[in-house]
Amino acid sequence: MLLRTEELSKAFGGVAAVDAVSIAIEEGTVHALIGPNGAGKTTLLNLLCGIYRPTRGRIVFAGRDLAGRATHEYAAAGIGRTFQNLQVFFNMTALENVMTGRHLLEPCGFAAAALRLPARVREERACRLEAEALLEFVGLAQWRDTPADAMPYGALKRLEIARALAARPRLLLLDEPAAGLNPVETAEIDRLIHSLVTRRVTVVLVEHNMKLVMGVSQHVLVLDYGRVLAEGEPAAVRANPRVVEAYLGAEAR
Amino acid sequence: MSAQFAQYLLTGVTVGAIYALVALGFAIIYNASQVINFAQGEFVMLGGMAAVSLANAGWPLPVAVGAAVALAALLGLALEKLAVEPARGAPVVTLIIITIGASILLRGMAMLVWDKNVHALPAFSGETPIVLGGATLLPQSLWVLGATLVIVALLAWFFHRTLLGKALLATSHNRLAAQLCGISVRHVLMVAFALSAALGAVAGILIAPITFTAWDVGVMLGLKGFAAAILGGLGSGAGAVLGGLVLGIAESMGAGYVSSAYKDVIAFVVMLAVLMFLPGGLLGARASDRV
Amino acid sequence: MRARGLVLLALAVAALPLALPNKYAYDVAILVGLNAIVCVGLNLLIGYAGQISLGHAGFFGLGAYGSAILAARYGWPTPLSLAAAVAGVALLAWLVGRPILRLRGHHLAMATLGLGIIVAIVIATEDGLTGGPDGMSVPPLAAFGVALAGETAWYWAVGALLVGVVWLARNLIDSPRGRALRALHGSEVAAEMVGIDSARHKLNAFVLSAALAALAGGLTAHYAGFITPAKATFLHSIELVTMVVFGGMASTFGAVAGAAVLTLLPQFLTALKDYEMVVFGAVLMFTMIFMPRGLVPTLEKALAAANRRAV
Repeated sequence: MLLRTEELSKAFGGVAAVDAVSIAIEEGTVHALIGPNGAGKTTLLNLLCGIYRPTRGRIVFAGRDLAGRATHEYAAAGIGRTFQNLQVFFNMTALENVMTGRHLLEPCGFAAAALRLPARVREERACRLEAEALLEFVGLAQWRDTPADAMPYGALKRLEIARALAARPRLLLLDEPAAGLNPVETAEIDRLIHSLVTRRVTVVLVEHNMKLVMGVSQHVLVLDYGRVLAEGEPAAVRANPRVVEAYLGAEAR
Repeated sequence: MSAQFAQYLLTGVTVGAIYALVALGFAIIYNASQVINFAQGEFVMLGGMAAVSLANAGWPLPVAVGAAVALAALLGLALEKLAVEPARGAPVVTLIIITIGASILLRGMAMLVWDKNVHALPAFSGETPIVLGGATLLPQSLWVLGATLVIVALLAWFFHRTLLGKALLATSHNRLAAQLCGISVRHVLMVAFALSAALGAVAGILIAPITFTAWDVGVMLGLKGFAAAILGGLGSGAGAVLGGLVLGIAESMGAGYVSSAYKDVIAFVVMLAVLMFLPGGLLGARASDRV
Repeated sequence: MRARGLVLLALAVAALPLALPNKYAYDVAILVGLNAIVCVGLNLLIGYAGQISLGHAGFFGLGAYGSAILAARYGWPTPLSLAAAVAGVALLAWLVGRPILRLRGHHLAMATLGLGIIVAIVIATEDGLTGGPDGMSVPPLAAFGVALAGETAWYWAVGALLVGVVWLARNLIDSPRGRALRALHGSEVAAEMVGIDSARHKLNAFVLSAALAALAGGLTAHYAGFITPAKATFLHSIELVTMVVFGGMASTFGAVAGAAVLTLLPQFLTALKDYEMVVFGAVLMFTMIFMPRGLVPTLEKALAAANRRAV
């Protein structure tokens, strides 16, 4: 069991955005997190990567309870994430974005950096090569030296994935990776997610695009009003009447 | 209540009222444009100096005061049009430098137009101190307190009961939504700057008979007014007033009971303490990022 | 690009004396160099890390007075007093930086402003120790009986130090540490999400820039043989920030250029005597309004655009 939550809750003021959610995620699988707008999906994701501190409950990742720790400690534990509203480093090029993603793999002493010691120069070259390889992997090789603020939306979505992968995470949280993409770009994302599985990266994805969700995930979790409404295999969840009602309203039944 | 304590309290409230007016000026501009106007203190200086000039030239005091305030308002308008508007969208640091440049420019102009000496404005209704429970109160202090109360009341009425005032408030809450409702943000900004400058000028005029005025009084007064605005909660009108009064009293008490040499430090220590432990200020909002 | 800029700078420093007519010109050049050292450090904080400090003159002043007091009043040998002053300021910046850097934007600006002013007032008030508003004299920088004296010697010392500091800064920027700073400026949450401890990196940039300011301050004191509280005031803090912003944020050479232009400008303006302040303020406003990204980036963009048209 790679990630397990126990009664995980997050309240803002009096509103429980996530309410006593207990889930289990197996290593090497693709989990989808779906639910109507406002169901708490992004909040749950933010909890799982340490951006929000839980009000209650535990988050056990690879045997360690991470609840209450700082965000960068979640990253250090092996959790990566992409953002729904792009949080690309717009003040850098695509290559630099991905190189920055490798931060955890490059302990860099002050003196070594300031004095440009030979070991540092070698590490820098290795970093650059690996970042280039990742850009190649997500299909962004031609954008290598382009400032991120000059790149198209679809490319930026893939850039975020490349950056997150640079840290070699065990668990990757994708927040609406296909949002705003056309069918061609969405197929790209689909291909990418499949290839992540072969790289033994566990994926949790929040998505509204049902076709993508059903096609790529082994396990689907439905949230509604901050609570788990249903979970299971994609086909089973899709047929679940309570899920249909939550999304489409009682009349749709 | 000992006479000394009462004295410090009265002095503190008087100075605090001035800080409150300056802080209100900051708050109004910050709300309308997210700009910290470092030139705010110079409007305080200009008000006092212009009034002194005109009064010395023989103008009746009320007319001199009115003209000085009008002049400041015009300069505030000029600042908005010539410096702030063209720089719309620039990074925060750049905007800060621009208003600092404006304050240096205004100070330089003041040094040229007037001189480097200290000047006094005649007190509005004489200099005979009033004795109040062992403490003495200058009549001018009553003017300061009275005028501040009237101004605060007028501003409250303006912001909550007039269309223009409400437009200013709307712009401060959500600029885009205000524009979509037909509010001309350009007009709002001009009004905000003119109003702030006028407020600053009034503060400078009110205090000039007591603490005198000179070409460089703007710097400290501006900074302390800003400290007061931060103390009350940047962007909150009521906070600006509260912050000003609390700061004035703290300064007066500190100078009296602890150390008068370090009087100026008190405002900044208070400001630092607020920023480190209660950044929203006494009445300000607590913001959080949405990801 | 990297190596080229550094070589150009080194060449400029080496060749400049040919253009300096007299001692006064050397003096100005040394002043430019010392300001540039502060600005390179401050640029790491403002331009790369995206923070702001309106109180760095406080660190400059503490470095200056720290070394001056240890040397003049307690008889410490000057290289030691200088090192101690820089270390002391670094420690202070580390202690104060932790709580202050939790603030953002205007709040951070005002907190650093307040800090700088408090330092300036304390320096001016504790006249028993510091000589008060009139300042105090400072022994020259000397080791093993040899003093660093005279404009020429100081020029080479400051010039070499500047080239060294720029080299160090550029190395840092091209390393994971530099990328971490730029990342937290770009998106702090995304930076955290790739494992960057943003609080620690902000603090590092703050401490480094404070140490450089203190170093420049101490050197200024020993060079001039005298120091006054004017060097620790809000106005000086503003001058420093303006140099960085004017020269171009996130550009080390921009910081040097900004220091050069804005140190030289008042020299030319003294001819205008009473109009100096008005012109300085006007120039500040004008350039910030029309070149909001600063001089060097604006020139770079114009150059790039001209190149594209030429092709």
